[in-house]
Amino acid sequence: MIPPQFDYHAPGSLEEALALLGELDDAKVMSGGQSLLPMLKLRLATPANIVDIGRIPGLDSITESGGSLRIGALVTETALEENATVAERYPILLDTAKVIADPLVRNRATICGNVAHGDPANDHPATMLALRAQMVATGPKGERTIGVDDFFHGLFMTSLDPGEILTEIRIPAPGERSGGAYLKLERKVGDYAVAGVAVQLELDKNGKVTRAGIGLTNLGFAPIRASAAEKALTGATLLEQRGFKGAIARVRGIFSGGLDADEVIAAAAQAAADATDPVADRRGSVEYKRNMARVLTARAIRQALSRAGG
Amino acid sequence: MARHNVTVTVNGEAHSREVDSRLLLVHLIRDELALTGTHIGCDTTHCGACTVLVDGVPTKSCTVLAVQADGADIGTVEGLADANGMSALQEGFMQEHGLQCGFCTPGMLMTGTALLAANANPSEAEIREAISGNLCRCTGYVNIVKAVEYAAAKMAGADAPADGEDN
Repeated sequence: MIPPQFDYHAPGSLEEALALLGELDDAKVMSGGQSLLPMLKLRLATPANIVDIGRIPGLDSITESGGSLRIGALVTETALEENATVAERYPILLDTAKVIADPLVRNRATICGNVAHGDPANDHPATMLALRAQMVATGPKGERTIGVDDFFHGLFMTSLDPGEILTEIRIPAPGERSGGAYLKLERKVGDYAVAGVAVQLELDKNGKVTRAGIGLTNLGFAPIRASAAEKALTGATLLEQRGFKGAIARVRGIFSGGLDADEVIAAAAQAAADATDPVADRRGSVEYKRNMARVLTARAIRQALSRAGG
Repeated sequence: MARHNVTVTVNGEAHSREVDSRLLLVHLIRDELALTGTHIGCDTTHCGACTVLVDGVPTKSCTVLAVQADGADIGTVEGLADANGMSALQEGFMQEHGLQCGFCTPGMLMTGTALLAANANPSEAEIREAISGNLCRCTGYVNIVKAVEYAAAKMAGADAPADGEDN
């Protein structure tokens, strides 16, 4: 398939790229092109101009500084997978990258592109919701920071202005006892999710959940934050308590009218399923997708807990 | 206006062409440079038959514009054999019967070549992960995995100082 006619621009600096976006009509930013080029071939996108930011130096670094992990616009999924800091401190990001498309696509596909594309079927948006990431947009007037909750508006719609480029994603550094996981059900390698769930939990020293982030992939017209599920977990103590100490804790729990960990997780998982708004397609019916959201949420919570040292 | 001069080095040889913005890298390679060893399978970024190395990185050339590859060093299946004959991986595909119809083979060879350059002794799981973006509808992958293992073993043997059996 031959893409439609367009003109191609390869600016050598961010300033040049922003100037091009300002003066060209109907321009689309391209980084790795792994979503945009297939869309062009299918005529789902027909921009008059493509501004390829792939040659701009200085946008391909992953660094942890100022209390955040900073992912530049040109960081590829492969670079993220090979980054030692990510593997050690942000396993949820590694989970997410590993289930996107296939290794060849990931050699070119970028994290910022995955997010800026605004496709609710993409995997990083849910993870960014769980991690409460900040999007750094650079435009003609300089930089502005957009919270992830204000970023996604619907199918391929984000808060980015046509003249702006998503130049960096900032992820708050995890606390001492925190952990996350991303689980995706897919029919085959590289497919979009039937359902995907990202969970990030932060615990205090007694194992109580102080902060929960839950994002859902491909279960509505935009990436979804499962707020009620987050609320169900926050304040609960979910650590598996074993032996004599565990038995005492469980008995105490019963007398104080508390729920046990399994009940809390089940309630949160059901709340996540209730937050979904999937459409029936070849990946399954509405009921099936909702149920998979429930099952994956429970599993992701348990995995996040175990990674948090629970 | 939508024409651009592109210079690429393919298998060590420099080529310059004036191309449309929308020309895909795979069409530059096959139609302009007449290197038809690189195949077009699905044309939708799934099958990997069009895999080439772009600056050493295995890439689906149906999903890269020729203009994006300007200045790049490209490796295709035609560049694998040299004056001494087939590469270890090509020999592995022959010895282990790693192909039937052969359509996916150029892509498999390029992905496998990049894998072995990065990891001289990959496990079966690592091989299967590496080729998960290359689809084969004939072999069931078993013999492709064996072919990569054959090449890894041969390359390890060739590096060993005591090996004097090669011609």
